Amino acid sequence: MGKEIAKKTGSILNGKNLIKLAVIVIIYILLMLVMEGDFATRHFKSLLVPVGINIILAVSLNITTGFLGELSLGHAGFMAIGAYSGSLFTIFAQDHTGLPGPLAFIIGIIIGGIMAALLGVVIGIPVLRLRGDYLAIVTLAFGEIVRSVINFLGFTGGARGLSGIPRYTNYKWVYALVVITLIVLANLVRSRYGRVISSIRDNSIAAESIGIKVSNYKIMAFVIAAFFAGVAGVLFGHNLSVLKPTNFDYNKSIEILVIVVLGGMGSIRGSVISAIILTLLPEFLRDASEYRMLLYALALIIIMLFNSSEIRQKLEDSGKLPKLPKFPTLKARIK
Amino acid sequence: MESIIEQLINGLRSGSIYALIALGYTMVYGIAKMINFAHGDIIMVGAYSLYVFIARLKMPVVPAVIFTILVCAIIGVVIEKVAYKPLRKAPPLAVLITAIGVSYLLQNLAQLIFTANPITFKSIINLKAVKIAGITIPGITLVTLVVTFICMAALTLFINKTKAGSAMRAVSEDKAAAQLMGINVNRTISMTFAIGSALAAVAGIIFICQFQSVEPTLGALPGIKAFVAAVLGGIGSVPGAMLGGLLLGVIESVSKAYISTQLADAIVFGVLVIVLLVKPSGLLGKNSIEKV
Repeated sequence: MGKEIAKKTGSILNGKNLIKLAVIVIIYILLMLVMEGDFATRHFKSLLVPVGINIILAVSLNITTGFLGELSLGHAGFMAIGAYSGSLFTIFAQDHTGLPGPLAFIIGIIIGGIMAALLGVVIGIPVLRLRGDYLAIVTLAFGEIVRSVINFLGFTGGARGLSGIPRYTNYKWVYALVVITLIVLANLVRSRYGRVISSIRDNSIAAESIGIKVSNYKIMAFVIAAFFAGVAGVLFGHNLSVLKPTNFDYNKSIEILVIVVLGGMGSIRGSVISAIILTLLPEFLRDASEYRMLLYALALIIIMLFNSSEIRQKLEDSGKLPKLPKFPTLKARIK
Repeated sequence: MESIIEQLINGLRSGSIYALIALGYTMVYGIAKMINFAHGDIIMVGAYSLYVFIARLKMPVVPAVIFTILVCAIIGVVIEKVAYKPLRKAPPLAVLITAIGVSYLLQNLAQLIFTANPITFKSIINLKAVKIAGITIPGITLVTLVVTFICMAALTLFINKTKAGSAMRAVSEDKAAAQLMGINVNRTISMTFAIGSALAAVAGIIFICQFQSVEPTLGALPGIKAFVAAVLGGIGSVPGAMLGGLLLGVIESVSKAYISTQLADAIVFGVLVIVLLVKPSGLLGKNSIEKV
């Protein structure tokens, strides 16, 4: 760890970062070739945007669930707030102001993120007092509250949906935002704050006893995760051009949770890989799509059983598999 | 005035269904310290079983009801043995995610077997509405209230008066100490799952008699609301689940009638958040002290 900190205080343009920059540029060129050329079918091209959106959602949920160790079942609620507030702004900008499209979109993305972050603060306050299972329920409750309020309000279009959203989202925007999200969140996780967040997951009492303000950091993690979920929501809205409250129900939150769990809690790379696989796979297995949710369910159960089995323990001891984060804070609840 | 009383009675009816389901959540939480997210879907299993026994196998009502309760109890125990028992020492986050997986599994199995389309199914309870002092009470409401009252009284007697009941209380108090006293912890946990699932089956039967149609996701929303009821009353507390369920039903029915149908869910969940802010362990819950 000491070395890493020393490196960080040096120049930003070290070898490691240059390689990363090169990778980002190369992937972008590859994407351009695929999208502009004739290599891929139209159907495949239309999938790249959802893949990117799911990456942002999964990586941000991983901050709360994987790194902070709190189960959030309301991620779709954050996404909904972002999607609706961002889209309402761009519709307004298109109709009543002369703002150029890309600028309106950028402002819309920022508004969406900030509105979701504000909801993150509102949820953060009960988080101060609750832990573990209760927290899962409060987030679930908030997700449902958001959905039914959107359903009720007039200016969101209610159950009929909000239509006429300009289609600003394309693969370039999504790629740029995925890269920004990954850079910000990967650096956050490796920073002092990130280590504080992980220490709360590992033992919140010990963290508190050395003077860490646990509740402040919990709120911080919530707000950051919410912000990026809101951004993903804005991209989602401007891709579909129609938003409905049912897009953001409890099932959507579970879908994102499945991506996080399959990729590995506390692993950003894992979330990215599993977001790509789980978004593309069902499309390639069209015939199996009936069984998709069944397979998701089985995968969740089997992975959880495997992770706490003796086989996993043996593989960990022999070094074939990395050790999992242990979540002992939550364990402490059981006597 | 009469309409307010009718709304209250409606609220008591849906509230008592919530209370029946909430009892399952609260008992399992008390004893295994886990949220059985799949509990709501046991209602759906109960509804489909009743449909199969009566509409497909042409069984008379009484054996069909008994078989439905048995099927649910067995499925509850099987779920516990297969999915939750290997995770006794795992962190709650892992158990919670497994339970979500089980819930999805049940819903999607039902969807594969019976398709996602709702199936209409006539009520097995045919009782005429009763009129008292200008207030009409539908027959189904009367049956629901009576059945719930019997179930709750029987459960309270069982927990407080029988040997198996005191074993349950002992295990929920301290697992290790209960084992030292010669209580078979695994069997007690299985029994809790069986009783909870049987109560969910009763709730499922009443539920489809009211709505007269079955679909794979029918258990999800009442399941979540019942869970909210259990948390509201203080999870782990049996009287808390009853109180929470009834309270939730009344709040929901009154806000549906006088505020807005779409906002009713938001109000119900909002009440939960407010109660948890004021009393983090629920209305009748005990405060647990965290140990290092």
